[in-house]
Amino acid sequence: MLDLLAGFIIELRAAGLPVSLTENLDAMAAIQHIPLEDRETFKYALAATLVKNHSHWKQFEVVFEVFFSMRGEQYEITDNALDLDDLDDDEVGEGQGEGQSQGQGGGGGEALSPEQLAKMLLDALRKGDQAMMRALARQAVRRYAGMEPGRPVGGTYYLYRTLRNLDLDAMLDQLMDQSRAEKGDEGLSKFEERLEKDEFNQRIEQLKKEIEAEIRRMLVADRGVEAMSRTLRKPLPEDVDFMHATRDEMNMLRKAIYPLTRKLAARLARKRKYGRRGPLDFRKTVRTSLSYGGVPADPQFRFPKPHKPEIIVIADISGSVAAFARFTLHLVYAISSQFSKVRAFVFIDGLDEVTRFFDGVDDISEAVHRVNTEADVVWVDGHSDYGHAFGVFHERYIKDVGPKSTVLILGDARNNYHASQSWIIKEIQQKARQVHWLNPEPKGYWDTGDSIVGEYATYCDGVHEVRNLRQLESFVENLI
Amino acid sequence: MDSRFTDVGSVRADLENANYLADDGIAGVVYLADRLQKPILVEGPAGTGKTQLAKSIAEITGARLIRLQCYEGLDEAKALYEWNYKKQLLRIQAERNSDVEWDALEDDIFSDEFLLTRPLLEAIRAEDNVVLLIDEVDRVEIETEALLLEILSDYQVSIPELGTIEATQIPMVILTSNNTRELSEALKRRCLFLHIDYPEMEREKAIVLNKVPEISENLADQVARIVRSIRTLELKKAPSVSETLDWARTLVLLGIDQVDAQTATDTVNILLKYQSDINKAIKEFAQNDELSS
Repeated sequence: MLDLLAGFIIELRAAGLPVSLTENLDAMAAIQHIPLEDRETFKYALAATLVKNHSHWKQFEVVFEVFFSMRGEQYEITDNALDLDDLDDDEVGEGQGEGQSQGQGGGGGEALSPEQLAKMLLDALRKGDQAMMRALARQAVRRYAGMEPGRPVGGTYYLYRTLRNLDLDAMLDQLMDQSRAEKGDEGLSKFEERLEKDEFNQRIEQLKKEIEAEIRRMLVADRGVEAMSRTLRKPLPEDVDFMHATRDEMNMLRKAIYPLTRKLAARLARKRKYGRRGPLDFRKTVRTSLSYGGVPADPQFRFPKPHKPEIIVIADISGSVAAFARFTLHLVYAISSQFSKVRAFVFIDGLDEVTRFFDGVDDISEAVHRVNTEADVVWVDGHSDYGHAFGVFHERYIKDVGPKSTVLILGDARNNYHASQSWIIKEIQQKARQVHWLNPEPKGYWDTGDSIVGEYATYCDGVHEVRNLRQLESFVENLI
Repeated sequence: MDSRFTDVGSVRADLENANYLADDGIAGVVYLADRLQKPILVEGPAGTGKTQLAKSIAEITGARLIRLQCYEGLDEAKALYEWNYKKQLLRIQAERNSDVEWDALEDDIFSDEFLLTRPLLEAIRAEDNVVLLIDEVDRVEIETEALLLEILSDYQVSIPELGTIEATQIPMVILTSNNTRELSEALKRRCLFLHIDYPEMEREKAIVLNKVPEISENLADQVARIVRSIRTLELKKAPSVSETLDWARTLVLLGIDQVDAQTATDTVNILLKYQSDINKAIKEFAQNDELSS
């Protein structure tokens, strides 16, 4: 058991979860108190001792499933749980007689026709029958995924194949039709319908998860634990690269950014409050000393009024770096109370001020969305042209840059071989307090191809590689 | 010391008797905390019953609940112990005219008599069974966290003038955090971690039925489902369990037994606390109505 746990912890660490030695010892102590045959409790016991950050939970779950998948009897139960006789009786009741003979003959359910499988799945979804859904997910994977041992394709490929064959969207429609029909003449009010739909959606999500887990299990059986856990290793949300994030990862990032901004704001406010200690406040010290009989036991200090920078964000929102700009704008606005003023400009080859979208709006993601759809940023062809965009900025807004402004320029500086116009950055630097360039590309790619970040860098107070939330967070924190 | 619980199942049953519906995770961690004699760090969105968990544990173990509410600026004097300056001062002044040696006096004024115990020290020194709740630990500054470390790992408090005070019995310690900032590694390492999220629909329904006894099964079901739907929207602050309960109570008071779009729109301000969220939810309800007409 100890070896097993040690192996598990190595896997966790490889997946990027920080597990300390004490936590390791705790886990070992914990499992002595837990009945090992209770898988759920076992899992929670390990989680409570090893995972100390909720955003790591998903990672933990995957590693746990993979690592312990081959070592439990639990998964065999599902086969028996697929009690076909029971099922078919049900169907007979509903006038679907033909299933019976085939079902019994098959035993393992292999003989079910696709229609029957679909029908059973529909039934299970309608009733929310979890055990049945699990069993059917297993069936569906066997039937549709077309898994071939040793074939080097990822789990997502099999998942796609299975889901395509099941056609869950159509199934959702059928489910809705059924519940409408059940209601009889008056039908569902749209409000009820909406609730019903959410309900089914959630069940279908669950089914998808079951299917995914089943595929994972089969892959583990095929390739072995070690190989699988390597392929399933996913980056933690804060390490996801902005430029290469998949859609799922984007969603994950969107969810991660809100708590992150909240934390950052709290931390900055605190820093502002406690970070600086001013000179001795003599009057106040004397006043408090009276309660100690005139002994100045508790010196009082004056807190200097903290300086609040004015932020000007100039962001490239062309396709390749749009996600990065979005997150940065989101973050900057979420902590805008830390700044005296925030102004935002976006560009591709033209430039537009977007501060108006954020004014008086308390839903930042909505505003960011409007920036992407409504801002007027295309001048000629919609390919990044930093030189022209800076030109527009210089022409219209340079007067607003003053000694209090901190200018953040976001972009990969891939200029499509247009003129760089870097003299504008120089002029901005002379007027502004600080100019920072945030580049979402890895440092190794800078100044390769049409990237001219080096040319601008000469006139910036700092050029930073900001590829993921972690780097973005630390940059913003250091800025203040 | 004897363990408080025999197995995970009994924890769950006991908590249920105390009107706290725990899921597997919660019961398992509580059981482990008791066995391993470690504190539990409970994290999760506001209003999911983190503080209630501590209260319920106190209730089922028949222990006294000692609560330390954390806030910005909390310090040693408020959390651990404090010397009673005024009393010490009085004492010194009273002795001024007699010829008691300073050494003797010093020994005297730094004794138990002049010590004001604060929650942490009180929990350590308690003779009876106690549950120590350190609420919203994420509100204190990171430096202040350090003063919790000694008590959490060794169940002792060191007072320079008096020496180390060790716990007479190991109290059950529960820390809660709303996760407004990352807690330090040192603190996390010493605790079992438990994340309490919004409950599943079934459990939420059970909670509603449990806490609002006048409610009908049907209405509870509707409430739970609507709340779940609202939580899927992208909101600033999703409705918490306590808000769900408030809403359920309101509906009962208004004598409503069937929630339709209109009632939902009228009462949604109980569930949601931001105007933008309310607008979003109302829009969502209304949209559905338009489709039907």
